[in-house]
Amino acid sequence: MNGFFDIPSDLDNTYFGLIGLHLREALLPVLAGLLAALPLAQLCVRFRWLYPPVLGVTTVFYAIPSLAVFVVLIDYTGQTELTVMIPLAVYSLVVLVPAIVDGVRSVPEETLAASTAMGFGPVRRYLQVQLPIAVPAILAGLRVAVASSISLVSVGALIGNQGALGNLLADAQKYGRPELAVNSVLTTAVLAILCDAVLVLVRNLLTPWMPRGRRQRPKEAAARPEPQEAAAK
Amino acid sequence: MDSVTKRYPDGTVAVDRLSLEIPDRSITVLVGPSGCGKTTTLRMINRMVEPSEGTILLDGEDLQRQPVTTLRRSMGYVIQNAGLFQHRTILDNIATVPRMLGRGKQKSRERAAELMERVGLDASLAKRYPYQLSGGQQQRVGVARALAADPPVLLMDEPFSAVDPVVRKGLQDELLRIQDELGKTIVFVTHDIDEAIKLGTMVAVMRTGGRLAQFAPPAELLSDPADAFVEDFLGADRGIRRLSFFSSAGLELTRGPVVRADAGAERLAAADGAPHLLVTDADGRPLGWAEPRGLSAGDLAAGPLLSCGRPFVPGTDSLRAALDCAVLSPTGWAVAVDADGRVIGVVSQQTIGEAIRSAHGAGSPGDERTAEEPADVTKVAP
Ligand SMILES: Nc1ncnc2c1ncn2[C@@H]1O[C@H](COP(=O)(O)OP(=O)(O)O)[C@@H](O)[C@H]1O
Ligand SMILES: [Mg+2]
Repeated sequence: MNGFFDIPSDLDNTYFGLIGLHLREALLPVLAGLLAALPLAQLCVRFRWLYPPVLGVTTVFYAIPSLAVFVVLIDYTGQTELTVMIPLAVYSLVVLVPAIVDGVRSVPEETLAASTAMGFGPVRRYLQVQLPIAVPAILAGLRVAVASSISLVSVGALIGNQGALGNLLADAQKYGRPELAVNSVLTTAVLAILCDAVLVLVRNLLTPWMPRGRRQRPKEAAARPEPQEAAAK
Repeated sequence: MDSVTKRYPDGTVAVDRLSLEIPDRSITVLVGPSGCGKTTTLRMINRMVEPSEGTILLDGEDLQRQPVTTLRRSMGYVIQNAGLFQHRTILDNIATVPRMLGRGKQKSRERAAELMERVGLDASLAKRYPYQLSGGQQQRVGVARALAADPPVLLMDEPFSAVDPVVRKGLQDELLRIQDELGKTIVFVTHDIDEAIKLGTMVAVMRTGGRLAQFAPPAELLSDPADAFVEDFLGADRGIRRLSFFSSAGLELTRGPVVRADAGAERLAAADGAPHLLVTDADGRPLGWAEPRGLSAGDLAAGPLLSCGRPFVPGTDSLRAALDCAVLSPTGWAVAVDADGRVIGVVSQQTIGEAIRSAHGAGSPGDERTAEEPADVTKVAP
């Protein structure tokens, strides 16, 4: 396909520049979301009554179309990356908060009783027992959040030049160059798959203690997780 | 524990005016049906549950006066399903409390390795994770972890309930062995009366509603249950089980019917009148029972022999074991052997019966477990 990588000049960016922008706009919000979700989830675990309202509010936020958020935010933050990233960070909460809460709650009663009996205070217990055991659930949440964030960045095209790879879609229409649309969709998909693979790798490195069914020797497997497995997911 | 009551916020009275003197350096078992308040009682000792009324003293000092984390770190705690940290290796699980107490990483791990050996875990398991271990092995890790900081007190809440009977027996024997070596003050919770009788120096039977039904050494429990509830809880064969606490040392043995396989005619004649003869090999090990009629001198082992079953060792085995041998023996006679398995005599069911009657008459059983009951019975007590 001719001109596949020929990025229209109105985007003011190279192909790889777009990729970098896309990743930044997708991943920074998830990171911010994670930082907000950790204490929020801990509060929900500590005070059970808080969880349903928090869940309700995050779901309502998620239901608000990003365009509506842009309209409000643009008065404050203008046509910037920040305007795209703020709603994405808020959206990620809807996945991350329940993931962390469920993960922390999945710690067996006996394990908690044992740690209390050994003289763990609440903070030590949270950091050394509950959080590490919640890692698989948190990483599962992160995978969903990252994938959805990567696809959602494209709507940034609505407020001008902030859609990164999404702007290729707009340009495909504007200039009648369908190959740009194909480029946009393919590149976004590849990014999503690669990011997911990295997260699976991180999870495997962090949780050598997880039973991994089909692996014969967990010790070796934990030392070097097979990349083909990661890519397949 | 002095008149301790626990009332949960929902109004449930889990423990009702319980008073117990838990003896130092021995195993005290809390036993009773499910929901009778055993776990609650145990958790009041390390203050995971605070009593509503009453006081608990440890070495004469009120538990409330110590900071709770200090108290807990001085008490090992073992629970059903072990409650291991699934995200840490076996070695790091065991090293948890020493690390928390600020001993170095290296020191703590050395200590953990030492404990793995003590509880019978192979050193190759050190780098494994809990999911890679069987239930019995996990329970051993639980015990090792509780022992890691060398606490004077060990609290165990149904630690062996979730493993199969064979593994459980192994774990119980191991616990008794470790206790012999370490002499901890152990409070052990179970709903299994057999386990209570096997492990306990003192047994507290609790009834639903959190009341103490009886607090006594196991032999006394079997001989003098305080009431119908305790009697019922002990089960139908408490008479037979009680024999476990009488030694077989005093049994009167006879060598009359014991003959060597190469015995001569006059030896056979001397044994004439015995209904059966026990034939042994040249070393004195039992081969089997023979009918005296139709036997002729020469190789007695060549003739048809009845199995002599499992023998007992007088002094080591209990009267229960001796009676069991006699009941299982085809001739009704039990075979007594020394530690090397050489026959030292035989004894009839009748003689064992007489020994049982006189033992009951004498009152308290003279078994070694009650004999070594600790003198100072006042450490966890008012
Ligand atoms: N946290 C709690 N809140 C209310 N009731 C409880 C609580 N924990 C235990 N109980 C009740 O107290 C009683 C004794 O419980 P427990 O000590 O666990 O008994 P056991 O260990 O002998 O089975 C039971 O009736 C149980 O339902
Ligand atoms: Mg219980």
